[in-house]
Amino acid sequence: MSRLKQIGEWFDERLQLGGAIRDAMSHPVPSKSASWWYVFGSAALTIFGLQVATGILLALTYVPSAAEAWNSLQYLNHHDTLGWYLRAVHGWGSNFMVALVLIHMCQVFLFGAYKFPRQLTWIVGIFLLLMTLGMAFTGQVLRFDQDAYWGLGIGAAITGRIPLIGAQAVHMLLGGPIIAGATLSRFFALHVFLIPGLLIGFVSLHLLMVLKLGINEWPMPGRIVRKATYEKEYHELLQKDGIPFVPGAIWKDMLFSAAIIVAILLCAAYFGPFGPTGYPDPTIVQTIPKPDFFFLWLYAMLALLPPEMETPALLIGPVVVIGFLILLPFLAGEGEKSWRRRPIAVVTLLLVAIALGTFTKLATYSPWSPVMDGWSGDPLPVSFLNGRTPLQRQGALVFQGKQCRNCHSIGGSGGLRGPALDSVATTMTRDQLVRPVIQGGGNMPAYGRNLNPSEVTALVSFLETLHPPGRPAARDASQTAMQQPQPTAAPSR
Amino acid sequence: MSRRALFTKIGLLLNGIAVTLLALPIIGYLVSPILGSDRGQYKRWITLGDLNEFPEGQTRLATFQNPISRFDDGDTDHIPCWVRRVQGEQFQVFAINCAHLGCPVRWFPQSGLFMCPCHGGVYYQDGSRASGPPPRGLFEYPYKVDSGKLMIETGQLPTLSTSAKLETGSRGCQG
Repeated sequence: MSRLKQIGEWFDERLQLGGAIRDAMSHPVPSKSASWWYVFGSAALTIFGLQVATGILLALTYVPSAAEAWNSLQYLNHHDTLGWYLRAVHGWGSNFMVALVLIHMCQVFLFGAYKFPRQLTWIVGIFLLLMTLGMAFTGQVLRFDQDAYWGLGIGAAITGRIPLIGAQAVHMLLGGPIIAGATLSRFFALHVFLIPGLLIGFVSLHLLMVLKLGINEWPMPGRIVRKATYEKEYHELLQKDGIPFVPGAIWKDMLFSAAIIVAILLCAAYFGPFGPTGYPDPTIVQTIPKPDFFFLWLYAMLALLPPEMETPALLIGPVVVIGFLILLPFLAGEGEKSWRRRPIAVVTLLLVAIALGTFTKLATYSPWSPVMDGWSGDPLPVSFLNGRTPLQRQGALVFQGKQCRNCHSIGGSGGLRGPALDSVATTMTRDQLVRPVIQGGGNMPAYGRNLNPSEVTALVSFLETLHPPGRPAARDASQTAMQQPQPTAAPSR
Repeated sequence: MSRRALFTKIGLLLNGIAVTLLALPIIGYLVSPILGSDRGQYKRWITLGDLNEFPEGQTRLATFQNPISRFDDGDTDHIPCWVRRVQGEQFQVFAINCAHLGCPVRWFPQSGLFMCPCHGGVYYQDGSRASGPPPRGLFEYPYKVDSGKLMIETGQLPTLSTSAKLETGSRGCQG
């Protein structure tokens, strides 16, 4: 007997784990489930391992103090040998982990794997998703830059909308009256101790159930899940068509996990670490805070929800969504698994994906926000000044100087909050232009108090010139008629 | 009851007492932000600056040290605010935080507007809402003038529940 085997047996006599491990490795899976579609969960778990390892390494330098966190990240980025690379791997690992958890969840949903008897596996999975998102958010806070600071402000503002106990909830969230040292400390405790601890526990439960209940079989249209017969049918399937997990299926998980890790490492090496952005001093108000990629959809929704719906949507929305996800396996615990026979499920998933994708895309250029330096940074194209009278050019100055450009684009640059004004004169007459300028309306602030009459005159004269060549400016039909020589009124002699 | 069952019960009871004795201070420690020495009352009067730092008819950025701070706050306890001196000793002191979701609003004197970079909130010079998603005007700190100094009552991050009610911003003097 070889030395190695002897050592192994010495340990197994004492640990008594060999049998359990052998059972877990050789547990049968339906041969069709040994598929490339079943590799996302294991890859997410592999990344979690990577995150734990890189997280511990980052903790060797990171200082969880509002006074030092930002400096310690700069030190990691610029002084520690390969500190930047570890930060990059941890940051990209976070993005990949959220993505894979979401993909895994979509696959489980489409394949009906949440149905009997795997309801609890799904529910634990929902908590794993929430914890993964919690890790992503708290991680963003630990980056303690301006985005993190104002992101916490948004969190506090949302919390402050809770009725009755809002103030107390805000102070509990922040650990005190303002976003400061105590706030970072509690998010550090969440990110490094509490949530990872819970994640390890819940992942173990999740895996245990996969082993005990068996992996979901490949859904076949017409193969109906019934509580009374499912387990018998599943075991018959395993006996007829089962293969041991090792080596039958594991090689696909291993190949995919390795590919994902390599992808993370390549992204990290090529794109580098995320931030930190500006130094977290709230008196630096020249900042445009934005959340990380996986919270961009929320950022867009917060800008686009009607104001009166916002508080209910923020406070009740998450309860409804999470409640629905938890109730799903009870509402649809039996029946068809195949997505080919579940059109509503497919359409729901597509709608959610398209909505989140659209919100994310919108948030990358946030058309609802004024461009803070639109008036001072974007020059007015010369073509909008050529051939204009002095009054009209004066109006162009008013247009630029009064920050109209922060919300209105012209010549393809400027804000998108209000409509582009390149051809505004084709649809609005002089009188129609004056009114919104002075009174405002809709989302347009009233400028009556900040423009004197001569500025309004100049501005509107300039706006009247904004029509493309060949398309005439709008005219007031009644005034046009008045200006025409009227044949009936012609003096006759 | 057998001796064994009795001692099991006593054991459970003693452990229950031990857990309670341990839990109470832990809970007290955790909820200290609302029930600690400040009892959640964080507002204090502080001096913002001399009156002559704020010219009449202008709105300027002022900063102050939050009256409650901790050793590890770094620069996060330096808080900005917008001071508008309407005339004489009549002021408006606006929180930097947008009433929508707390982002830092910026003052544009040319157009007389405050604009928020996050979700498009815009306010007039008196702090009232002009457009966008904010449910009310800018938050205002109570102020007073004391021997040539402008003082404000502040101390906590203003949100819809910590600083104000959901109503349109008050205008003018609050003395």
